[in-house]
Amino acid sequence: MKTIKEKHSLAMRWTHWVNFPILTVMIWSGMLIYWANDEYSITLFGHTYFRFFPDWFYNELKIPSRLAEGMAFHFLFMWFFTLNGILYIGYTIISGEWRELVPQRNSFKEAWLVLLHDLHIRKSAPPQNKYNAAQRIAYTAIIFMGIGSVITGLAIYKPVQFYYLTWLCGGYHFARILHFALTLGYVFFFLIHVFQVVLAGWNNFRSVISGFEVVNEPPVLAGGPIGAIEVAGNEVVQLEHSEDADPQNVVMQTESISTNQTPVDTETPATNGDITKPANNNNTENDEPAR
Amino acid sequence: MSQPDKKEKKELTVEQKINRRNFISFSTFIVLGATAFEGWRWLYKSPDEVPGITGSAHQPLRKALNKTELFFRRVFSDNHLVKTYPKSMAAPHVRVNSNIGGGKKFDPETWRLQVNKPGAEALQISLDELKTLPKTEIVYDFKCVEGWDQISHWGGVSFRDFIKHFKLDEFTKMEFVGMETEDKKYYVGLDMPSAMHPQTLLAYEMNDKPLPIRNGAPLRLIIPVKYGIKNLKQISAISFSNTRPKDYWAEQGYDYYSGL
Repeated sequence: MKTIKEKHSLAMRWTHWVNFPILTVMIWSGMLIYWANDEYSITLFGHTYFRFFPDWFYNELKIPSRLAEGMAFHFLFMWFFTLNGILYIGYTIISGEWRELVPQRNSFKEAWLVLLHDLHIRKSAPPQNKYNAAQRIAYTAIIFMGIGSVITGLAIYKPVQFYYLTWLCGGYHFARILHFALTLGYVFFFLIHVFQVVLAGWNNFRSVISGFEVVNEPPVLAGGPIGAIEVAGNEVVQLEHSEDADPQNVVMQTESISTNQTPVDTETPATNGDITKPANNNNTENDEPAR
Repeated sequence: MSQPDKKEKKELTVEQKINRRNFISFSTFIVLGATAFEGWRWLYKSPDEVPGITGSAHQPLRKALNKTELFFRRVFSDNHLVKTYPKSMAAPHVRVNSNIGGGKKFDPETWRLQVNKPGAEALQISLDELKTLPKTEIVYDFKCVEGWDQISHWGGVSFRDFIKHFKLDEFTKMEFVGMETEDKKYYVGLDMPSAMHPQTLLAYEMNDKPLPIRNGAPLRLIIPVKYGIKNLKQISAISFSNTRPKDYWAEQGYDYYSGL
């Protein structure tokens, strides 16, 4: 039987999709600025392997000689980027959704298993809640990268007024390198992210727009032979996971934090980001290793 | 989508709920996405400002730059000093990026710095007279708007000392200082707090030697709280005003404030 399973709150979806075009404009205008002093390259033992950026790249994107314009765009959209980031972080903290997001003690070990699974080397993936271990690491890292971009950005934007930030970033030069490297990081993240989203399929993609996934509830779950996952507070204690445990049959009793909402409320279906909704306990559901 | 009255609502099937929520979410997504795209196109194609004290920037972006300036002026403080370095770290060859309005020979005997006092006769100050004032030196990281920077060593009169010595204090109540080259081809406008920052210099020395012409002899501005574009070479005249003085690079689309 098909059921609706709440996944992403409205605030999450909103900040995610607002961030995408803003970050795009920031990266583009950043390149307009960087062009004026494009001194970075990958050089090892005196041999330059890659120069940021080749002329064809600049010309293709119409980057040359637009420094003033680049700065004007960059220093407007920096506000939106920062505000959106504050909204996102504020929301995750207040709603408690950070618990679904931050890596756990075993996440770093598990992320390998997820990677092996994704690469089709390993058959099963570790059981997961909203995000798997690799996602927890990646999505937390990207938030810290965002904070890093704001801090390194301020360090090179106002190195005299924010001298302590410049100092914190290892000086003006190094802050600029970090600011640049973080941007490369975003591009790298974006490529992997889009690739993974394509692999994960429609159900997963839709959840970032409409907030829910559709799951097929198996008819009988009670009394299943496989050990149920113990839930203590909000911490999910993972069961000892053996190679042949089929995640399809794993019963997860999660104390849902805020992502789960009774789907009876059809009056305002698009606003399920309501964080004041009482948590829907004993929500027995079947977690697929989706992302 | 709301159902107005108390008519018995039929329980929707899961399939209907899915379709309904998908429809609402995706139409919202598409409408907002299209709005954002149109907003971007509007901004990207927005006309340039009317050329004046500032120019060449998209009108809304210039407004944003000016508003952003107001915000960051609040964090400006005379107590925030640019980091200084030992002399040994100063570059022996100081980069020359541009020579707009500069690079001209001058006669040190007849050269005079003109200070335009509002409502009074202008001062004509010789180089020797400037050199009788206490000398201030600074070794700091000069930062260009292009993104490069260079540690350089300058010596001259601190602008504060200059103001005090020539009894110009009353004019520092005005909002701006303007400086220009002799041919008036390069000119900068500075907000008064930045000009009066303790590290602002009227420099006549570089690396312990008289300024070379290409670096702005006989007198140039060194203002560490601003990008290089504000560090005018070959200053010929200084004036005070309550409106923004002309600024060469602000006319080219750069931020008027350009503060660091």
